[in-house]
Amino acid sequence: MDRFRDKIIPVTTLLAGLVVLWYVFAVIMNAPVQRDMDRRAGEDPRFSEFIGKTLAQAKPTLPAPHQVATNFFENTFTRKITSNRSLVYHAWVTLSSTLLGFAFGTVLGILIAVGIVHFIALDRSLMPWIIASQTIPILAIAPMVVVVFAAIGVTGLLPKALISTYLSFFPVAVGMVKGLRSPEILYLDLMHTYNASASQTFWKLRVPASVPYLFASMKVAVAASLVGAIVAELPTGAVAGIGAKLLAGAYYSQTIDIWSALVAGSVVAVLLVTLVGVAGRIVERSMGGRPA
Amino acid sequence: MSALKISWQAALALVFCVIAAFTLPLAGAEGSNPFSLGTTFTIFALVGLAALISAMRVTDALAAVILFVGAHGAAWLLLAGIAGNEGAARAPFFLLIAAAWLLAWRCVTVLSALRPKDRAVSTFLRLLIPTVFGAWILILWEAITRGAGIPFVLLPPPSSIGVRLVNSVPVLWADVNQTIFHSVIVGYIIGCGAGFATAILADRVPFLRRGLLPIGNMVSALPIIGVAPILVMWFGFDWHSKAAVVVIMTFFPMLVNTVAGLAASGHMERDLMRTYASGYWTTLLKLRLPAAAPFIFNALKINSTLALIGAIVAEFFGTPVVGMGFRISTEVGRMNIDMVWAEIAVAALAGSVFYGAIALVERAVTFWHPSVRGG
Repeated sequence: MDRFRDKIIPVTTLLAGLVVLWYVFAVIMNAPVQRDMDRRAGEDPRFSEFIGKTLAQAKPTLPAPHQVATNFFENTFTRKITSNRSLVYHAWVTLSSTLLGFAFGTVLGILIAVGIVHFIALDRSLMPWIIASQTIPILAIAPMVVVVFAAIGVTGLLPKALISTYLSFFPVAVGMVKGLRSPEILYLDLMHTYNASASQTFWKLRVPASVPYLFASMKVAVAASLVGAIVAELPTGAVAGIGAKLLAGAYYSQTIDIWSALVAGSVVAVLLVTLVGVAGRIVERSMGGRPA
Repeated sequence: MSALKISWQAALALVFCVIAAFTLPLAGAEGSNPFSLGTTFTIFALVGLAALISAMRVTDALAAVILFVGAHGAAWLLLAGIAGNEGAARAPFFLLIAAAWLLAWRCVTVLSALRPKDRAVSTFLRLLIPTVFGAWILILWEAITRGAGIPFVLLPPPSSIGVRLVNSVPVLWADVNQTIFHSVIVGYIIGCGAGFATAILADRVPFLRRGLLPIGNMVSALPIIGVAPILVMWFGFDWHSKAAVVVIMTFFPMLVNTVAGLAASGHMERDLMRTYASGYWTTLLKLRLPAAAPFIFNALKINSTLALIGAIVAEFFGTPVVGMGFRISTEVGRMNIDMVWAEIAVAALAGSVFYGAIALVERAVTFWHPSVRGG
């Protein structure tokens, strides 16, 4: 029961505290608008009525948790998933470009890492740029990529997936370089005494050693990939996707919609990261790794 | 062993030269300013001689210098000659650029294999190799966009981006002032400060730490950037809302890293502090915070990028008529792609300077750490 005492109780307590805090802030932040509305309607509600009203506005400054939950539930489970009011539909649009970009990015990252490990010239000329590019706000080019691709007639999935690719290949490349270099001299010497060729050393020693690094960096990459897909949906006035939903909500001040789109994005993020984590554990176990 | 030991890059460069020689001229007749015979000959001579001499028995350093001069001289002449011939370049032009690029590749390979004894020379090489690589990205970009006449709205050549950058310094400076000096710096300081303070608090209260760490780890995977439209509604269009986005984005990495760092000091050292009868705060200041410094600086570095991204993306949701994100989104709409690239170059520069400054402070503060000592 250690896990219960050490982890679950503190986390639940803290989350419950956050929800209470959220309600308090919702009342405080919605109160001025509500007072204004009541004055105009000539009403003078009692205190408890007033609180109830602040938590049930149509376009609140800060929607109460139950409003967001209701909206999220309605738009997720009660609508047809092909309808463009369904969050499942929007999440699917974002998810598909995330996954495509993530797949491209992972493959590209692995290829670059293999090149860097094998060619010293590539290591010394490319590696500094990979590290330097981490310091650059790459997301800033997202709108340009989307618009420029639209100008040559490429729209839809591909431009968004490219931005996700760009964001997700860095963590994978850096992690894989580390992973492919992780075997110690001792093991490399052992391969040497076996008279192993470079490709045998690569497949039988370096690749298995790099798997934990690969999955750790893929977790980071998949989260970055989702952020890339969402931001890529912002500029074009995109019609579908979680980013488009955020933007539409911002235009029409549909705060509850924004919050439920955020919740949808978070759910997708948690699902993706968990999936990668589970895949990593399965692969490690099937390779004979024991849980530490 | 023969006198020649030709590398495959040099051999391929020579092959390209020969093919190019049979398919002259360099640019089609529709160009207004064809390559003169002398220029063409010089280009061939530079590439050919560099490839041949580097294959002879010369020292590696000399071969590198010759390759460097040959590759970049040829590239310079080719790019200078393309003026007036935009879009009219023919196959030999690209073959020669490719040949020069192969020579530069060979040059980098030779340089990478050098093991100079002198410390200064080795630092110089460590800087030179990536610089050559970066320069060749720009050269190939310039050659392809101008040689093949790629439409300006798709991808402007780097030279015109540079011109645009120089010509619009006041506008760019106003954007930097708005985005970097207001949104980013204020948000970064508040966010990192709050994350640090919360981490110290969580360190004192174990219950809080056990609750906060899993939440902090989960939040780091979420697309936090999505709160930008909400914060823009709350705090208005000016920089305050962007600073608020930056605060939220930088808070959790700082919290998680600092908590991890505070656990980094060993039992032995902590026991030593106990035998000295030092209290919580003394131990924190003299032992645990210094031990946590590498983690804290790691968070500061991660946050420097996150802060820039947060501020720029938040500006997509509405700003006053100034700011880097605003400039990017409006100039894209007006198809002034060169201005967008200029803004991106500035953002890249700002990001690198920000990161570099933190890295320098880190070197000064954590001088004892193995990764800095080099031991």
